[in-house]
Formats: sequence, C-alpha cells, structure tokens
Amino acid sequence: MSYIDIIPIGEVEETLLLFLKQSLFQTFNIQTRIRNCRFDLSLVYDPVRNQYNSTGLLLELINDTPPETLKILGVTELDLFIPIFTFLFGEAQLNGIAALVSTHRLRNQFYGIPEDEALLRNRLLKEGIHELGHTFGLIHCFALKCVMKSSTYVEEIDQKPTHFCKLCQQDVLK
Amino acid sequence: MNNQGVGILVVDDEFSVRDSLYNWFKTEGYRADTAENGVEALKKLQESLWDIVLVDIKMPGMDGMELQRHIKKIDNTIIVIIITAYATVDTAVEAMKEGAYDYLSKPVDPDKLSILIRNAVNQRRLMAENIQLRQKVEELSLQDEIVGGSPQIKKIQEMIDTVAKTDATVMIRGESGTGKELVAQAIHGKSNRRYFPIISINCGAFPEGLLESELFGHEKGAFTGAQYKRKGKLEMANGGTIFFDEIGNITEKMQMDLLRVIETKQFTPLGSNKVVNVDFRIIAATNSDLEKKVAEKDFREDLYYRLNVFSIQIPPLRERTADIALIARYFLEKYARSMNKDVTDISPEAMKILIQYNWPGNIRELRNTIERALVVVGKKNRIEPDDLNLLFLSKANPPGDSLEEIEKAHIQRILEQSDWNISRSAETLKIDRVTLYNKIKKYGLQR
Repeated sequence: MSYIDIIPIGEVEETLLLFLKQSLFQTFNIQTRIRNCRFDLSLVYDPVRNQYNSTGLLLELINDTPPETLKILGVTELDLFIPIFTFLFGEAQLNGIAALVSTHRLRNQFYGIPEDEALLRNRLLKEGIHELGHTFGLIHCFALKCVMKSSTYVEEIDQKPTHFCKLCQQDVLK
Repeated sequence: MNNQGVGILVVDDEFSVRDSLYNWFKTEGYRADTAENGVEALKKLQESLWDIVLVDIKMPGMDGMELQRHIKKIDNTIIVIIITAYATVDTAVEAMKEGAYDYLSKPVDPDKLSILIRNAVNQRRLMAENIQLRQKVEELSLQDEIVGGSPQIKKIQEMIDTVAKTDATVMIRGESGTGKELVAQAIHGKSNRRYFPIISINCGAFPEGLLESELFGHEKGAFTGAQYKRKGKLEMANGGTIFFDEIGNITEKMQMDLLRVIETKQFTPLGSNKVVNVDFRIIAATNSDLEKKVAEKDFREDLYYRLNVFSIQIPPLRERTADIALIARYFLEKYARSMNKDVTDISPEAMKILIQYNWPGNIRELRNTIERALVVVGKKNRIEPDDLNLLFLSKANPPGDSLEEIEKAHIQRILEQSDWNISRSAETLKIDRVTLYNKIKKYGLQR
C-alpha cells in the first residue's frame, strides 16, 4: 500500500495534522498517515532572516523515506524562505516526492487580526493540496477555480477552492 | 493563456538563487534554465531563444552590466531584469538607464516577482505584436500597385527606391491616370517616414480661399462659415509626407504661401496668431507643362526649383503596351477578390482588345474597365470582349493602318451597333446591301 506521509516539523497542532490526514485522503484517494521524524533545524535556520530555509527542509524530509511512501507533505509552524524570496507559504519538488507547507503566514494572527481556526484549516488544506499537486507534476493553473492557481499573498489563497479544476484533476489521476 | 511559450534564463553565480528561481519559474509553467556566469549565459542565448533574462549584477568575471550589453547586442528586444542586493541599487538604476526592464532587490516578495514577470511577459508580447504589426505595415506599404515589367516601369521603380531613402522633394510628371499618386505612395511607403501619414491634397480641386484653409487649417470664426477649429493638411502631414497633386493649378498667392512654408517649415493657421512648426517631405505631381508656365510667369520660378529637385516622368499606358496584360490581370485578381467573384481569366480576344486600345485615361481607365467588366461578367469565369465597354473604341483603333484594315474594323463596328441588321448598316455606311454583303464576305466578318 502507498501512503501520503504527513510529517510535522517542529511543533504542530495535532488537530491540524488529523484534519489534513482526513482531507488529503478525500482529495487524492491515497491512504494518508502521520509520520514523525527528527530534524536538526539548526541546519536550515538563518539567524539574519530569522527564517528557515525551505529547500533545505525539503531535502531533510526525504531522508530515510520508507518504500511504501508515495508522497510526503511536511507541515510546519516555522516561517519559511528561499534565498531569493522574502517568504514562502510552501514549496514542493516538481514531479518529486516531497512538499512542504507552513502555517506561519496562513494565520490571521500574523497579519494582526483575530485568529480564525476554520480559515486557517481551509488555507492549510489548499496549500497542502497545492504543494502536493506540484509533486504530481502539476504547474500553476490559470483557472480561477483551481487549487493550483498561484497565490502570492494570503487573500489570494482565500479566493481559490480546495479542489482541482477538471484538467488538473485529470493530470493528477494519470 | 499559459506561460509555456515564455523562456526565462536566470543568470546568477549563487546556486541557491539560481535554483530557487528556476524551481519557481518551472512551477509557474515557464520554460526556464540557469547559467552560472556571463559566458555560460551567452552560450545559452546563442543556443535558443529567451524572452526574459534575470541577471545578477555582481558576478565574478563578466558582471551583469557587461552581460546586459552583450544580450542587447544579440537581441535588443530581450527583457533584462537585474537582480541586486540593496547595496547596489545605484548600479541597478544605471543598468536600467542602459535598457534593463527593471530590477529586483534580494530577497524579493513573491508577489512582486510574480507581477514583475507577468508585466514583463506582457511587454514582450506587446513588443512582438508591435514588430509583427510594423512588418505588416511594411508589407502593406511596400505592396505598391506599380505593376509592370516594361523597361520604363523598371526604371521608375529604381528611381523610387533611390529617392525614397532620401528626404528630397520629388516632382512626378505624367498624364492623368498614369498613377502619379501611386508613385508618391510608394516613395512614402519605402521612406523612413512610412510610419507617419501621407496626406494628399488635390490643389486643382479647391478655389483659392478653400485651398488655403485646407492646407493651413483655421481657427473658429476665421471666416464666414468657419464654425469649428480645423487642423490643416500641412499639420496633419507632420512627420510624414504631403502630396500636392496638380500643383500646376495653384494661384500666385498660394504659390507664394507654399514657398514660404517649404522654406521655413512654419505656417500660421487662418485666424490664428500661433506659428505651427511642421516637418514633412513634399512630393508634388502635375500634368501640366510647368516649364512653359514658368516661362509665361504663371508659375513662380523659385517654387518650381524648390519642387523639382528629383523628377520622375511616368509614361502613358499606350507607350508601354507590354504592361497592359500584367496590369489587367492584377486588377482582375484584385477586384474579383474584393467582389468575391470566381472570375479568373481574361479571354485572348478580350485581352487583344485591351492591348489594342489607346487608353487615353491610362491606368485609371484600365482599372475602371476591369472593375466594370467584373460587374457585368455574370456567371462566366473569364472576361470576354462583350464584358468590356471598349468594343466600340477598340475597333476604332485597328491593329494596322491600312485602308482595308480600317474599313474591316469600321464595318464590323457598324454591324454590331445595328445588331447585324444589314439594311440599317448599309444605310449608315452609305453603301447598298449587295456591296455590304460583298465586304462581309471579303473580310470574313461574323456575328
């Protein structure tokens, strides 16, 4: 049996992980499981930026991958970056195995407004599906009603649905 | 809309920057590649086409500024975006002065990069579209209708090519209908002014006061009936070409005004106190004997010399009969297409008539004849003699000059006019019926 492994990086609320486990199974129709791993976060921490290097974390995620793992979604509360960008909501290996998503900038709190747990879950699910979609070879989609539409700010995530458009869905099923 | 056709090359000596941008562009659906330094980038630029190149300004060896200069030499339309650290913003500004599209300060906000790339892609598309449209204009402007393979026409085409490249004033001479305006358009279409308008004015078509207003424009209330401000043709031709047709027909006062405009490239619209500066090329045309007019003091000598810098004489159609078939077929194709008619040919008999005809109205008359023939051709797929309005005229100009040939053509014409009514034809010809029968038999005339 193949799995989508959901791997928490650092401290992540268990309710969020369980929510993802259930929702991702519904979306991809692939068994999901939560798998815990140990990470040396100091290797990917940039003290000047006070952020964590997303690409480095992706590489750590694929260390010692069990044979039954089809895809990996790392989930973290940490603020992610890649050198060229100020921040990232998530990152994935295009056509690869691992994807990563951060809740750090999905939380309303980050923008100085009251926390909304339901909205956070919704955003996390969208970004989780989006990044996993890249591991299935999907690129950004121009359809407004597709989870693969690119989002460069949080309000943009709220505009798109939690599902793929027909064309992207077909590509995932291939 | 998708990004798949758009190629982005990332040039940065820092692996993490190259790699992260490459991955980001790939997920955006762009065709992306990376180069570690200027030399590798230039190699990749030679190997395939790139729309956007992101260049790190500080690289060992060839720096971003130098690379940008090389890129612009390879393809001036490639969009270069400079990547820089905050400390080198001044250099980035310098790079923009040298033609960079924009610059990015590391690290960049994903949204800013997304917008920047989207705008750059749009700019690139617009540039490509602009180039295509310019080529189209070029094709259309060069698609002159100067048809013909005769030595006279070839010489005219050579003259057009020669003079088009200069800004010299051109005087086109030729009978009415020979295509003087066409030659003017061809000169304009091949000149550096081709992206600006060519404005034609028929000087013979306006009385003096009106011509003045046409040329110089007027302010509201400049004269009775001037209810609105109006821009003159000289102003409309700014940057382009003004074509004065029938220049020999302008009055003495207009000649003086025109001379002043040509000399100063300035004029004042009627009723205005503001001087308007203009820049245009002048092409003039005339059918009249300007030299004679100059000798008779009907045309200012100084204006004549101003206009007659480069002269092109267009021969009448009757002097280049070798071109008639070509021109006729050209008009046939043109008008058949515009009228959506499936007429593809001119019968040998009809063509013979076209070639034999004298064409006093020159190409204009030939054009009208073919256009008319296409209207009356009905369901036939080729033009026959009956479709030409020249039947009568053509046979008044028989191929030979002998009395017999003239007589044969004349009898044929009279017979056709009377629908082969022998009695009526004989009466018209002032001969008896028997003589007419004999002549019909002698010349082998048939209905």
